[in-house]
Amino acid sequence: MSKLSILTDGFVKNNPTFVLVLGMCPTLATTTSAMNGLEMGLATMFVLILSNIVISLIAPVVPDKVHIPVYIVVIATFVTLLQLLMQAFVPGVYQTLGLFIPLIVVNCIVLGRAEAFANKHGVLESALDGIGVGLGFTLSLTVIGIVREILGSGSVFGWKFIPGDGILAFVMAPGAFMVLGYLMVLFNKYLKK
Amino acid sequence: MEYLMIIISAIFVNNILLAQFLGICPFLGVSNKLSTAVGMSGAVCFVMTLATIVTFLLNKYLLLPFGLEFLQTIAFILVIAALVQMVEIVLKKVSPSLYQALGIFLPLITTNCAVLGVAITVVTKEFVFGSASHLLNLGESVVYALSTAVGYGIAMILFAGLREHLAQNNVPESFKGLPIALITVSIMAMAFLGFSGMV
Repeated sequence: MSKLSILTDGFVKNNPTFVLVLGMCPTLATTTSAMNGLEMGLATMFVLILSNIVISLIAPVVPDKVHIPVYIVVIATFVTLLQLLMQAFVPGVYQTLGLFIPLIVVNCIVLGRAEAFANKHGVLESALDGIGVGLGFTLSLTVIGIVREILGSGSVFGWKFIPGDGILAFVMAPGAFMVLGYLMVLFNKYLKK
Repeated sequence: MEYLMIIISAIFVNNILLAQFLGICPFLGVSNKLSTAVGMSGAVCFVMTLATIVTFLLNKYLLLPFGLEFLQTIAFILVIAALVQMVEIVLKKVSPSLYQALGIFLPLITTNCAVLGVAITVVTKEFVFGSASHLLNLGESVVYALSTAVGYGIAMILFAGLREHLAQNNVPESFKGLPIALITVSIMAMAFLGFSGMV
């Protein structure tokens, strides 16, 4: 497997949202607008890259029986780091995303990549995998955010181009499930081989 | 009165699955059959209530007095993971039949974000009661956790029932599996929106 394919697999072939269907909670909850989706994706990518790097380094010395708790502590450490950094530099974003920042700990993507990839590969490959899957996740969240923002408030990234109120349901819970469902249909039809 | 408000709000108005989006992965994963949905709901009910009690006390008597609130995320996830293990061991010894029923679902719960989500919510979020708002005390936290878990169970069991019927229907190829399930959940969530404004 070439370095490039590790990086690009996360976009379509191993897309965390539409193919692996992991990390559904932040995907549904934070995509009320394109910007929120993008920010949540980037926050998850930060944790994913760092935890992948550290786990690929420590994997050979961690006893098999306790590897899951050890990985969770590594991930939780980076999440705490992220929380402190966000509180200090982007408090507004931290307020908007709220509970879903600490919940990156239990985001199955992060532990999933640690288990499926980082503990069997070298540091460079694991970092690339983190970047690739992180970008794939960010991309999916942004796309869902864009669709919900257009339908729900007639704007994209805060730029309003359809006058009026939009369909409120798409900003609320039912819209999240519906947009994800229909995007998955399109993904299955046109992108999955 | 406050207890009643917490119960109605947690079960219907702010349903953890359909309004707060917590615990979606196991919700989609085990709702294929009614019987597994019931088992999972039971296990969540049990662990969520227990985890909330333990993390609430941990936060109040260990983290807050020493100014260690920034360790909440790490401490809570470790406590929940350890608790799930312990519950598994104790159940196996004390009540083998209950262990049989909940057994396979217990390890899954460690990564159920609903449990960690509720534990963090009760120690950080101010709940609004009429004109006043305050953090929950222990009793209210337990009631909140228990009713949230009941809400989780109700949504999960209703959805599993729908999904069993869905499986027998002829669905277009690209809608098969999750997409049609998500669209069904969306319609359920719309129905639950009707409760908003009740509390």
